[in-house]
Amino acid sequence: MPTPFTVDLEAGFRGLVETTGLSPAASRLIWLPLPMLLVLVAAVVGVLVTVWLERKISAAAQQRIGPEYAGALGILQPLADGLKLLVKEDVIPARADGLLFTLGPVLVVVPVILSWLIVPFGQHLLISNVGIGIFLWIALSSIQPIGLLMSGYASNNKYSLLGGLRAAAQSISYEIPLALAVLAVVMMSNSLSTVDIVDQQSGAGLLSWNIWRQPVGFLVFWICALAECERLPFDLPEAEEELVAGYQTEYAGMKFALFYLGSYINLVLSALLVTVLYLGGWGFPLPVEWLASLLGQSIDAPLVQVLTASLGIVMTVLKAYLLVFTAILLRWTVPRVRIDQLLDFGWKFLLPIALVNLLATAALKLAFPAVFGG
Amino acid sequence: MPSLADLTELIVFVLLAAGVVVGSLGVVLLPNIVYSAFLLGGVFLSVAGLYLLLNASFIAAAQVLIYVGAVNVLILFAIMLVNKREPLADAPGLGLRRLLSSGVCAGLLWLLLRVAYTTPWATPGPTPLGEDAVVRLGEHFFTDYLLPFELASVLLLMAMIGAIVLARRDVFASDIGTGEEADQGLIEKARTPLLIEKSRP
Repeated sequence: MPTPFTVDLEAGFRGLVETTGLSPAASRLIWLPLPMLLVLVAAVVGVLVTVWLERKISAAAQQRIGPEYAGALGILQPLADGLKLLVKEDVIPARADGLLFTLGPVLVVVPVILSWLIVPFGQHLLISNVGIGIFLWIALSSIQPIGLLMSGYASNNKYSLLGGLRAAAQSISYEIPLALAVLAVVMMSNSLSTVDIVDQQSGAGLLSWNIWRQPVGFLVFWICALAECERLPFDLPEAEEELVAGYQTEYAGMKFALFYLGSYINLVLSALLVTVLYLGGWGFPLPVEWLASLLGQSIDAPLVQVLTASLGIVMTVLKAYLLVFTAILLRWTVPRVRIDQLLDFGWKFLLPIALVNLLATAALKLAFPAVFGG
Repeated sequence: MPSLADLTELIVFVLLAAGVVVGSLGVVLLPNIVYSAFLLGGVFLSVAGLYLLLNASFIAAAQVLIYVGAVNVLILFAIMLVNKREPLADAPGLGLRRLLSSGVCAGLLWLLLRVAYTTPWATPGPTPLGEDAVVRLGEHFFTDYLLPFELASVLLLMAMIGAIVLARRDVFASDIGTGEEADQGLIEKARTPLLIEKSRP
């Protein structure tokens, strides 16, 4: 019996390269940067799309037209924005701390981009299926507040400092309920790896997604993710009416663009992770195995595998962008909270709820191991 | 000739080790406390990198999460809330103090080097567990290391209660810092804002 065909780009590519007579080590060396570049490009394109969506949806929410001259429906507007930021003068204030001022935005962006390492678009379609998976993302996202504090401090501006402090306080407070919500999912799937978490939700299509088993966890995670991304209603680190633009006040040109890019990459990443953790990842609402047998095809046939892999990518992106759409709508629906309300909400409401959710998941797992993962 | 993987490992190790050594020297020697705190974060990250080199990815991520994400951020937070940029006056007899402390440090270094060179290290050490390490760690925490694990959490709880008592001065009749009558509404009432220069009228 032939081994079932699976979409494994690495094996395919390396096989192709090795036919030219190169050693396996050399083919591995050629392969390594490719998925990273691909994901980097995907992240940047994802940001461009999100910026365009944000402008168009915001305009629709306010009964405006929004960008419409740059390309059809203004689709090239984000590119124009990016180009403008690229050629703008890069100002470092005279009494700012030049070194920390430059390092701050870098420290904000790099962990976010690194976290794309663990986002799966299919069974083998991710950069690295590391065993600690989702824990790596939690650890990396905890580096971000250092960059925010750094840029707030280095700007030598009281609004910047206040913004940086607020961002750090918000980030540490909401990380704990976020981690507890993730822990409940990890407990159900017995693994930290993102691929295993999706596999555990793939039994019965729509019905086996984690959102039905973890409704509270889903809400807690989504609220905390919005707070970590500093999206409204939690955008007080850069609240315009109070702090000018928070820690970004003194930034211009490419350094500002890094903050901008970082916050949108983070939004898309959070949406993707909600998809992976709660909405079945690359899974189609109906099980693809069932669909294939309905059409009289073997699930292991090469053509079917290529089709299901493409369907997986489309489903992941579709679910993530639905969540991004929700985030943009929320921005124009809910007012900004005050800093004391924000901290009260995080520590006195979300944290106990997330803890109870974790305990309830553990109890349900012991009581119904078939449904909640044995 | 060493293989490509070994060579990469060696280069990464040298870079990380240099990061740890230079970074920790900077933490101790730099006069600006904010730079010291940021460099401390760099040292923690380099140590996490060393754990990664040893195939202990879970420990590395935990190191980043706890030391960089929590400890270092809180240190920075405290420094920036105080935010005093006044230069500190030199303590009397600074030269002698420096001489003494560098003597103590050199002695400690000598001791460590001696231990490192006289201990018969078993090389290569035990094989790394890789991904199974998480499971083994959990087993140890809930079996033979249960008591230290629980004691550590009690210690943290005590520290937390202590911090709350210190921060909420209204639980005392008099202020423990100044000895004045405690103002019961201290938390709600705003104190002098820290960011306004007091010399200004």
